[in-house]
Parts: sequence; C-alpha cells; structure tokens
Amino acid sequence: MTKNLRVKTGKAIDETYRISFKFNGSTYYGFKGDTLASALLANDIHLVGRSFKYHRPRGIMTAGSEEPNAIVQLHNDSSRTEPNVRATEIEIYEGLEASSQNCWPSVKFDIGGINNLLSPLLPAGFYYKTFMWPASFWEKYEYFIRRSAGLGKSPTTPDPDIYEHKYIHCDVLVIGAGISGIMAAKIAAKNGLKTLLIEEKPNLGGSTIYQNSDHFKINNQNSGSWLEKEINEIKKLKNLEIKTRTSVAAYHGYNFLLARENLTDHLPINQRKDKTRHKLLKIRAKKVITATGSIERPMIFDNNDRPGILLSSAIKRFADYFGVACGEKNILFTNNDSAYETAISLIQKGINIEAIIDNREEVNSKLIYEVEKNNIKIFKGYTVTDTSGYKRINKISIMQLSKDGQKVVGSKIILSCDCLGVSGGWTPAVHLFTQSGGKLKFREDDQVFIPNIYPSDQLSIGACNGDFTLDEILVNTPKSLIDYLNIKNTEYDNLEISSSTNKSKRNIWLLPSDKILGKTKSFVDYQNDATAKDIKLALREGFRSIEHVKRYTTTGMGTDQGKLGNMHALGIISETAGAKMGELGTTTFRPPYTPLTFGTIVGRNVGEYFDIFRKTPIHDWHVEHKAEFENVGQWKRAWYYPKENENMHKAVQRESKAARESAGILDASTLGKIDIQGTDASEFLNRVYTNAWSKLAVGKCRYGLMLNEDGMVYDDGVTTRLGENHYIMTTTTGGAANVMGKLEDYLQTEWPELDVYLTSVTDHFATLSVCGPNSKKIVSEVIPDLDFSDESFPHMSFKNTKIGKINCRVMRISFTGEHSYEINVQANYGKSVWEKCMEAGKNFNITPYGTETMHLLRAEKGFIIVGQDTDATMTPIDLQMDWIVSKKKYDFIGKRSLYRSDTIREDRKQLVGLLTDNPNEVLEEGAQIVADINKSPIEMLGHVTSSYYSPNLKKSIALGVVRGGKNMMGQKLIIPMEKKNINVTVADTVFLDKENKRLNA
Amino acid sequence: MFIINCPYCGEREQSEFKAGGEAHIVRPKQPTELSDDEWAEYLFMRKNIKGIQFERWNHTHGCRKWFNMVRDTSNDEIKAVYKMGEKPPVE
Repeated sequence: MTKNLRVKTGKAIDETYRISFKFNGSTYYGFKGDTLASALLANDIHLVGRSFKYHRPRGIMTAGSEEPNAIVQLHNDSSRTEPNVRATEIEIYEGLEASSQNCWPSVKFDIGGINNLLSPLLPAGFYYKTFMWPASFWEKYEYFIRRSAGLGKSPTTPDPDIYEHKYIHCDVLVIGAGISGIMAAKIAAKNGLKTLLIEEKPNLGGSTIYQNSDHFKINNQNSGSWLEKEINEIKKLKNLEIKTRTSVAAYHGYNFLLARENLTDHLPINQRKDKTRHKLLKIRAKKVITATGSIERPMIFDNNDRPGILLSSAIKRFADYFGVACGEKNILFTNNDSAYETAISLIQKGINIEAIIDNREEVNSKLIYEVEKNNIKIFKGYTVTDTSGYKRINKISIMQLSKDGQKVVGSKIILSCDCLGVSGGWTPAVHLFTQSGGKLKFREDDQVFIPNIYPSDQLSIGACNGDFTLDEILVNTPKSLIDYLNIKNTEYDNLEISSSTNKSKRNIWLLPSDKILGKTKSFVDYQNDATAKDIKLALREGFRSIEHVKRYTTTGMGTDQGKLGNMHALGIISETAGAKMGELGTTTFRPPYTPLTFGTIVGRNVGEYFDIFRKTPIHDWHVEHKAEFENVGQWKRAWYYPKENENMHKAVQRESKAARESAGILDASTLGKIDIQGTDASEFLNRVYTNAWSKLAVGKCRYGLMLNEDGMVYDDGVTTRLGENHYIMTTTTGGAANVMGKLEDYLQTEWPELDVYLTSVTDHFATLSVCGPNSKKIVSEVIPDLDFSDESFPHMSFKNTKIGKINCRVMRISFTGEHSYEINVQANYGKSVWEKCMEAGKNFNITPYGTETMHLLRAEKGFIIVGQDTDATMTPIDLQMDWIVSKKKYDFIGKRSLYRSDTIREDRKQLVGLLTDNPNEVLEEGAQIVADINKSPIEMLGHVTSSYYSPNLKKSIALGVVRGGKNMMGQKLIIPMEKKNINVTVADTVFLDKENKRLNA
Repeated sequence: MFIINCPYCGEREQSEFKAGGEAHIVRPKQPTELSDDEWAEYLFMRKNIKGIQFERWNHTHGCRKWFNMVRDTSNDEIKAVYKMGEKPPVE
C-alpha cells in the first residue's frame, strides 16, 4: 500500500475531482490539476526512470519544463505513443498511461544498471575512444550500441491527431505570466497596444501566485493575493489575448517567434476526438517582452542524483500548489535564502523538516530567524559530501567547509532523510533572449549571465533579467517599461513593498568532498550522466572551447538541453582552466526551448498535402486509363500505360513500336511556355539562345539551346514566331520556373532598354503531341479545315486554327524523329481534344505513351534531355552540338565562356553513343565507363547517361559522357559492373534515321 | 525570418523573396574583348564579407521585381533597399 502524502488542499487542484491513471501498469489516483509528477509524489513514488548512460535510478527533480530525469513514455498504442514527456509538465487526465523509459526489464530492476558498476570504465568520450578501431568492426559495435542507447520509443504508425499552424501579428508579445509578465501585459494593453501574453503552464501567476507568507507584501496584502487581483483584472482587458499551456519554442530574428499551443493533452482521452491537438503559432511581434523567469540551480556534490533529491523550489511548489509533501523527513541544502522560503511553506503545512544545511557561515535575515524560531537545526558553513539510498535517498553525509570553500574540515555527520531539497541560487532563463541573437554579460556578484545587448526591439524583465527578489521586480519592471514603451507612468509606480529576502549567497560550483574527485559521481548533466569528473577529464585532455567540452562530455545535450547544469559546467571549466566566466561565454542555446513533436512542426502538410503536385488538364484521362505516374518537379506525368499483365519494360516496348509504326500520342502539357512580346523580342532571343533568331520567319519554329554565363547548357526547347513581335518559347518541364526567372533577371538588370514583355503561360495551354507515320491522317481528321500538305505546313512551322469553335495552335515539330504535330489549346479543352484524337486514331491503333517511351524514342534519335544527359558541366561543344552555336553573333549568354582555357580542353567529357557488344545487354544509367580494367586505380572516363532497349532497332542503345569521347569513335570501352564487365563500342549519338527521312514520311 | 521592404510592394516576409548574390556586378558590354582572367573576374569572383554587403534580391512570390539591398551580414540588419539602376546609398 502506498502512502498518501497529500497534506492540505493545494492552490491548483480540485479535490472533488478524482482522476485515475496508470504508471508502469499500476493504477493510481490524483486530482484534477495535478501534474503526473505531483500525483506520483502524492503516492510516495520518487523512482520514475533511469539515466541514459549508467542507468542509475532517477526521480522527479523539478516542477517544470527544466526536468531532466522524470521523463516518461506516454500512451501505449503504436500511433500516439510519445517518448521523453516531462512528468512535471503533463497534466493528469482520465485514461493517462505512462511508463518509465530507458530501463529493461523494469525501472526497479534494470539490467543496464551494470553500466553504473562499470562506470570507471566509461569516462567522457568512451564511445569515441573505444569503438574507433578496427574500423571494419563499427557495424558490429553499432548494433549493440543502438540497442542500449536512445531515450524512449518513437511511434511506428502515422500520427492520427490534428495539428494546425496559425499566424499572429501583435504590437507586444509578453512571454511568461509570472508577476513581471502580468504587470507588463497589463501596462502594454492599457496603453492601447495589441498584446499577447503567453504562459507555458496551465495557470497564470508564476511562483508569486502561491506566495502566501507575511514576508512578502504588496500594498499591505500578501503578494499572492495581490497578484490574483491583477490576474482577474487583466482577463477583462479587451486588447490583451492570453494563451496558457503555450510554450515559446524559438525566437528568431526580426521578432519572429514560434510557439506551441497545447489544446488537448490535458483532456480525458474521450474528449479529444476531432479536436486540434497542438497549434504552432507563428508570431510576428513589433515588440517582445521576455519575462521567462529563472531556473533554480542544483548543487554539485557526490551522488547528487538520487530519487528524493529535488530542487528546493520544486518542493515548495509541490507543497503550496499541489498540496503534496515530497517526503516525511525533509532536509534542505542551500547557499542562499530561497530554501528558507521553502522551509516556511513546509512549516505552515505541518511538513517535517529535519535540518537545513547552509554553505554560508554568517547568515541572518528575517526568514532564517523565523525558521530558527521553529526549532529547526541549521548547519551553517556546512556542505553535503555524499548521499546514500539506491532507489530513494535515505542518508546524507555533511562536513564543515573550510574558510575558502575549497576543502571540507572536521568530522563527518550522518543525517537520515527521505527527501533532500537543494538550492544553488538562480539562473535567469535567457534561452529565448540568446536565441534571438542577444549578447549576455556576466554579473560577478551572484555569478549569473544576464541580458546585455538586445538584437531587436525587445526587453527582458523580472528574474530572466537578473531581478530575483520581489522588491527588485516591483521597482525595476515599471521603470524599464516606461522607457521601453515610451509612456509617462504606470499604475505600479508607487507600490508599497515589503520583502524579507537577503541576497547573500555563497557560490561554489563544485562542492568539496572528503573523497578524491575520481571516486565521486557529482552529476552536472543528469540526463546525460555527465559528471564534474568528466568535465575535468576533458580539460586535462586538452579541450578548451566550451562548445568542444559540451560535445565531448555530452553536457547539455539531452532533451532538457542542460537547463539545470550548464552553469555549473561553465563554472567548473572556468575554475579549472583559470578563465573568467564572462570571457568563457556560454554554449549556444538552440531552439526549440522544449521539444516539439513532428506533428506540430508539419501541421496540416501531411499525406497528399505534404508537397503540392500539379496535374495536367488531361490528368483524369490518364488515371482512367490506368497510367503509372512519374514525378517531374511538382508535376505528375503519365509514365507508361500498362495493359493487363504488362510490366514497365513490356509497356514501353509496345508503346515505342506503335509510335514508330503507326501513331502515338503524348500529353506534353507540362512543358514550360513563355509568351514573349515586344519590338525587341527577336533581339532578346538572339541574346539568350546560342543560335540566331532575327531571320526566323513568322509562322516558323526553331530549336534553341540556352546556356548559363559559364557556358554550360541550361535549358532547351522549341520557340515559335507567332507574329512580327510575338514568340512563344517552350522550356523543359523542370526548368520552366528557373528559365522564366533568368530571363526576367536579364531583362530587368542587364538589358532594361529592351522592349520585351514576358508572361508565363504554362498552365494556360494543354499540349498534346501526335506522332508517327499516321499522325497526319489523324490530325487532319480532328482539324478538317486545315491544309496539312508538306508545302503548306512543312516541318518546323506553325498554324493558328480552330477545332470546331476552339482556338488552337498547331506546331509541326518532333521530339521523336517521327512526322508529328503538337496541338495547343486553352487548358480546359485539353481533355476533349485528346479524346477527339483518340477517336480519330482508333483505326490507326493510336497508342498513348508516357515519359518513359518519350525518353526512349528521343534517345534513338540522339536528342538530349537537359538534366539527364547534361549536368552543369556540359557545353554545347561537349554535346557535339557545335552546329547550334552561332559563330556570327557578337554576343549571347555564355558565349565568352565557350573559349576559356578550360572549356576548349580536348579531354573534356563529351557526349557519345554507346553500343554493347551483346545487343541484348542493357546498360545501367549512371554506370562508370573505363578503358583499362587492369590499371590500378582504374581510371574513370565517364558514365552512362541514358540507356534503353530499342524495339525499333532490336538492340540495346545508350548515351554517355566520356573523356575525350569525340575522338574515340569505334573504340572499345568497358563498363565494369558488380558481377561482370560489359564491353561496349563508342558510336554516333544518332542511332536511327540519321537522314531525318521519317520527319516527312 | 526577415521582414523585407520591397521598394515596389512594401514590407513582406522573407519567404516571398529570393536572394540573388552580390549587387553592382555589371555584365561586360564586350565580353569577347576580355582576357580569360578578366572574364573570370566577372564570372566567378564574389565577395562574402562579415558586415555591410550589397546584395540583389528578387520578390519572386510578389511583384517579381529585382532590387538591391544593403545588409549587415553579421546581424542581418537591412540598412537600405533601393531599385535597380539607383545609386547605392552612401553612409
């Protein structure tokens, strides 16, 4: 039977509303408002998980998002299970199931715990040092390391929950609703500014809201009651929006912030259906006020990680807020006054305190006086040197500190306890400030980093700015807001404040022990098991940069990002290396502040919305006719149309034969189309293409090749002169947007004097290409009024015509080498014209073909595909396309680069045809080409770029780039494959119909 | 993410824009007259400084106009934006 450690009704919980939940398979009860942590503690459960490296038992350490130890696996099902959830953040709900992570077979008996015994053998950098050699063994090591490493399990099936993104624009964003954030939000909103207040916890008020002691008064009220009234007032303000359970994850430049709003995680499972789980808020704020508070520091001593050791402030929060005692025999260990605030809270609630250990020798303040009045023993000038208790702390050893704090003196005292609260002072939560690019400065008095230089329009106030005491916050917050918001005064300018805190502190980063350091385990990073010893080892091994020490020891690299221990790591490095803290700097704080699920980041962009895709106007027809699709850029293109039992090879062979023997039809709507108009249109084309355009007659088409300024082939396509000052350019499917951008760039920046206007019309037209010996018969049936004779409508010419009432442009151009026509109609008519062609072609076995057949047909003709046969290193000369490069034109883009010392080299890789000695052997695209297989190392001459089995030539054909290939015609080369070497002969790039007879067949 | 003040459209999110490298590099009027070294200077050599840099930007998902920007690359502060053809501001 577990104990009930609920002491008194807490502020946050509703004792009339009981909730059952499961932890590690057992059922427990808590109340509405409890976190998993507070509910477990109320059931006297401290052992929650195991540490990452040594598998040491670990318990709840904090009461907030900084928790390093109490991280659990939530839910059991494969789609919603979630690892690394902080027990201190999750609010319990009916149906909650959580389990410990990082332990097997159970948290109480964990086999990995053997690492703890082996720990002398597992120093910092152990994995780096040990598994480096022999290199070939890495795969074997990895198998075992992977099995024992990792935190928690990720889901294995898709996340069924709904996530959303939302943009928010505001005048002022206030991050953190503690006392200073609430004051700031109220002042901003009351001054007419549209204000957003964000708080990560479910309730407003921070730590002041449960402050109920006579030692802290504002206008003669307890500070907690005073703040409660303020909260009630701000909830009524019109231009103030308040979001709780919302964590700011990232603070980017230009005041752009990302926050995660948690909408359903606290609800009973059966109330979550169809609701958005998380919202990712994308916030653009004119002004940002950071009031993120501070995080209490632990203390670094031997065995400081046992279950039952908590931050003193967490013990106070559990008692005041949730009405939970963390133990029955509590001891507090501190170097400052905050632990006495905890003590007073515990005394008020009748929770037993055995003793207080205080590093300081001379201490006096009203708080301490009150604690002493209650007959609690205070060991002044003492330190904890060790603890014991495997699954729960049961004893501590304490010794007196030497005057300089470097040693312990005197004899050891053993005290028994079941809970130890530690307070090493406070660290401002400057994570978001530094993420935004802010620069910190080090304050020597109390050894903290505070904001110094703001990179954008922002302000830090309260504890995150180094104001830890109530009077500092109440005095400084209104003052800095008057300046920052440029206002005359605030309602808080004349508050009556009484606060008993004394600011004295005795900061010792690594507390001394009677043992030598090598025999201690003083944890600095609890989650990653990095100890003070590890950090000192890293320094001995020569690491100096804080960023290097971090990576070598893994300090601060857990899911908690070292929120607790980073300052101690810095302190220890500073002391050991003799460097000043301010000069050492901090490690980089990276977003997110607390982990985000992928669902939140992705939002609604899942499944078919992950990346948009474009469909041609004829897409539905392809779907109806069972086409397989290929992604080309964002387009879905019909790849091939398998008939029953056909695989891709068989379908492509059939389609290719039909196109050459009778007729084929291709949906070419994806080709980029740019409408070019203006009196200088011809001159413009002259400058962007390698060949000449001035003399192209109206109604004629011409193939053009476009280079980059470095002389490398960029794009190609056919451009048609529609009128005197009017052209339509086609580009490759994938290159359309880039070509448009490049042409606009030149027009706007280099040649603004040209009278040329560009319009992208890719989506405006459906384009279908009918090819093959029977293409003329089919197209003339679809367009009966047009004269299709070779005299009137020769190859490379264009006609404006109509199909019924539909305007249409017909080009007689060919990418297959067959007699063919390209029909362009307004996009909405694409499918009906396609169907007309299919109908007219019925008697000619017109065969729809996809991109794969198109690639095969053009390869038979040796036509290149930019991006497949070329990469960004091929000039037209390399492609053996010298014929398209004008010698007469004075200039065009890339011309000068064609005779740079590098581009005129004879031994550049050049495009050639390749024929296999065995005509049935089809090469693999991408395969390497070599000449001498016996040479070591083998010299790579190039690679295969296109390769197919041609049903029309009844043999295998390929294109490839080969160093100096132009002069290797007829030469034998070798394609070395995994299992065999394939012999090939260098051939012409044109395999079929070199005389172009078929164009007019 | 920056807020960029497009000289034609006003303030917009950075995601609407595309960066286009160093500004004020003029394409030579007579490339054929240049030596390999001179052409390479135009073609390849670009500055990449920590500090004030002059850059070309394009409002790709807006007016599609190219314009120039003066940006401090050390803190991403945009000092000025101005249209193509206009003289860079002197500080």
